Amino acid sequence: MSSSISSGGGRRAARNDTPARAASGGVQPLLELRDLAITFSTANGDVPAVRNAHLTVMPGETVAIVGESGSGKSTTALAAIGLLPANGRVSNGSIIFDGEDITSASEKRIIELRGSSIGMVPQDPMSNLNPVWKIGFQVKETLRANGLPSGPQDVAKVLSEAGLPDAASRANQYPHEFSGGMRQRALIAIGLSCRPRLLIADEPTSALDVTVQRQILDHLDTMTEELGTAVLLITHDLGLAAERAHKVIVMYKGQVVEAGPALELLTNPRHPYTQKLVASAPSIASRRIESAKKAGVATDDLLAPAAARGPSLDKVIEVEDLTKVFKIRGNWGRSTDFTAVDKVSFSIARGTTTAVVGESGSGKSTVAKMVLGLEGATSGSIKFDGVDITTLGRKEMFDFRRRVQPIFQDPYGSLDPMYNIYRTIEEPLRVHGIGDAKSREKKVRELLDQVALPSSMMQRFPNELSGGQRQRVAIARALALDPEVVICDEAVSALDVLVQAQILNLLADLQADLGLSYLFITHDLAVVRQIADHVAVMEKGRLVEQGTTDEVFDNPRTAYTQALLAAIPGAGLVLPPEVA
Amino acid sequence: MVWYIVRRFLQLIPVFLGATLLVYFLVFSLPGDATAAICGERGCTPAVVAGLREQYNLDQPFWIQYLLYLKGVLTFDLGTNFSGRPIATIIAEVFPTTAKLAIMALVIEAVFGIVFGLIAGLRKGRIFDSSVLVLSLIVIAVPIFVLGFLMQFLIGVKLQWTNPTVSGDATFTELLLPAVVLGLVSFAYVLRLTRTSIIENVNADYVRTATAKGLSHRRVVVVHVLRNSLIPVVTFLGADLGALMGGAIVTEGIFNVNGVGNTLYRAVLNGDGPMVVSIVTFLILIFCLANLLVDLLYAWLDPRIRYA
Repeated sequence: MSSSISSGGGRRAARNDTPARAASGGVQPLLELRDLAITFSTANGDVPAVRNAHLTVMPGETVAIVGESGSGKSTTALAAIGLLPANGRVSNGSIIFDGEDITSASEKRIIELRGSSIGMVPQDPMSNLNPVWKIGFQVKETLRANGLPSGPQDVAKVLSEAGLPDAASRANQYPHEFSGGMRQRALIAIGLSCRPRLLIADEPTSALDVTVQRQILDHLDTMTEELGTAVLLITHDLGLAAERAHKVIVMYKGQVVEAGPALELLTNPRHPYTQKLVASAPSIASRRIESAKKAGVATDDLLAPAAARGPSLDKVIEVEDLTKVFKIRGNWGRSTDFTAVDKVSFSIARGTTTAVVGESGSGKSTVAKMVLGLEGATSGSIKFDGVDITTLGRKEMFDFRRRVQPIFQDPYGSLDPMYNIYRTIEEPLRVHGIGDAKSREKKVRELLDQVALPSSMMQRFPNELSGGQRQRVAIARALALDPEVVICDEAVSALDVLVQAQILNLLADLQADLGLSYLFITHDLAVVRQIADHVAVMEKGRLVEQGTTDEVFDNPRTAYTQALLAAIPGAGLVLPPEVA
Repeated sequence: MVWYIVRRFLQLIPVFLGATLLVYFLVFSLPGDATAAICGERGCTPAVVAGLREQYNLDQPFWIQYLLYLKGVLTFDLGTNFSGRPIATIIAEVFPTTAKLAIMALVIEAVFGIVFGLIAGLRKGRIFDSSVLVLSLIVIAVPIFVLGFLMQFLIGVKLQWTNPTVSGDATFTELLLPAVVLGLVSFAYVLRLTRTSIIENVNADYVRTATAKGLSHRRVVVVHVLRNSLIPVVTFLGADLGALMGGAIVTEGIFNVNGVGNTLYRAVLNGDGPMVVSIVTFLILIFCLANLLVDLLYAWLDPRIRYA
């Protein structure tokens, strides 16, 4: 959006002096949580979700709560606005808003505060607008409930402030007619429509494409700054928090483990968990690589280890002019053609990693499906070891599958919940008729060992494992047949940042040990920076740019790649490489 | 949208043809001579039987009979039943009573089902919820004729609040008791459907967002929970309207309502082929139209659905 934000640390400097001013003026805090404890009552008794949480937000200040899923960061923020789920309650401590203790305020008082004093921008724009009411109606009722004028012009004004173009006519549309980014703008419009003094933004952009993410956050920054709104930003991304907030609070397992000014926390993390976050969160790690390169420091030890980084002439996969056209059913029984993938060509050298990057709808996953042989190509060729797989017969295809294996995005959906871990990993061996029961069991043990899971895990079921453990199982399953190529379709995007880093390291180690080639499909350039040797950028079905990772990161040629790069959180952060 | 409605009406043609053919074939294959039903115990002379067979086209092969029947329907002539009365007149006579009964039953099941379901859903797991659930289970489990006779006996005979049976006029008060019985089972389904739907929607993200906007609890429930929860319920009610309009043979029988169900029942007993085929065809058309109504209502309630 604004060039002053994306270039250098202009924003950072501006952000740093506001809290100092607020603190020195002796102003009363806008929101203060004192020793807050939140308990959920479940069938197995009371479960503490948050303990001794302490935080203050000064008027006009942006405070970020960072933590992984289940750390209690959202619960803490929602408690401030009385939105705990029905089985949750504040069991200790107090919530003080603008000098008033609202810990046990009446429902009536809380309703008065909601909207007009404390606004909220929720996480998922897809599920947070009521699908059966027009956008305008949902803005209008907010204005009316808080006693503000709610005519069509007022609604349009609120929506256009949030950056929604053509707001007057857009107000007459339903949520499903909006893109994700537009829905999030509508939600920001609703959250800020009554000029609250505090805005709770709960992962406001994590469900959006990266370039849209950046636009939305920039706009939110500008708006809250103009209105003087304090923001309580909840995020899992430390880089993003450091870039956007004056003060960062790190939560881990229901407790605040560290709090302080953003840059201080990044350069001098004291708690072990924060240290780990700083050391390995992809957005920060990729920034560190960039900073190191600029400073002329060798970056080898910052990159994930890999087998051979030198140029290899042996192409294991060559994709040429690959095209996929889908027929879309239209009115009157006519169908229109939609070109999802348009003449894409790239190749993967043996033992290296090629990343295909793009936003949702760019066609990157369709490429992955075609390379896996799960989707037929409309035209073009995919050569695996010199053989075009689009011409393979049934039996040859079966052999091909043994040599190319996938790892999918969602470790919750891609493992059969009825199969225990042993059966999940052993199944491909059995299907391909490899070995007898005894040798297969030995192989499964080896595989679990390779992905650093104990062999005692064999009898357990997917629902008993964490997301990271499941993804390790998915990797073990993919490796069972000793494949040459592994296709990772957003393999780490569903995981918490620290787990992401662990899985990336595991993949890199396996590549070094086994000489695997990876095709990495992702929207996240921070991940690409860490693991890929080559990058291919896709936009609307076309391959707009490709080259080695260094080339693409140092000299992005297309505006689209530049926008993607700028969207990695923490653009303005300058990090010393030796941190951690 | 218009194109969608036109297409739906065009779809009625094969449904109509298939259904009438099937019903016609079933009636045609009934054992025994159709004229025996007209002639009664004493029987007719062979000449009269031959005349009757000619009058009702019974001497023709099946296909000719069917095509002659279709020709009649298309020229709005349903013919006469075996007693010689025009079938169209009979349907026009009994259908209003059935329609009145059906709409009353529908209103009763909709109002009570939705209100009870809403309260139960909002108070999930508490006493009201549990007792209403048990009650609805009993209503679903007990056969309708048991409930019908029981209520007729208690309210009509013992307490004498209403007439135990319905007269030829079928007044509103007389139809109230049969309507309650008719709507009772669907009431239980509507209640359970509403309850489940409410429970699902209460925890939806947009409901939490609506609360965060500063709306009152009442407004959140009515505007954001109830409307979304009613989508499956309305679909059910619409389909049920089609079924209720078809007449309830058991309920109309118990309360002696002179409606479509009772007339069809008598026609089947008498082996009155033309009457059975005509009524069933009429019911099929009503059912198809009710289904179309449901689909249109569904699109109106849920803007994400668009028919093209």
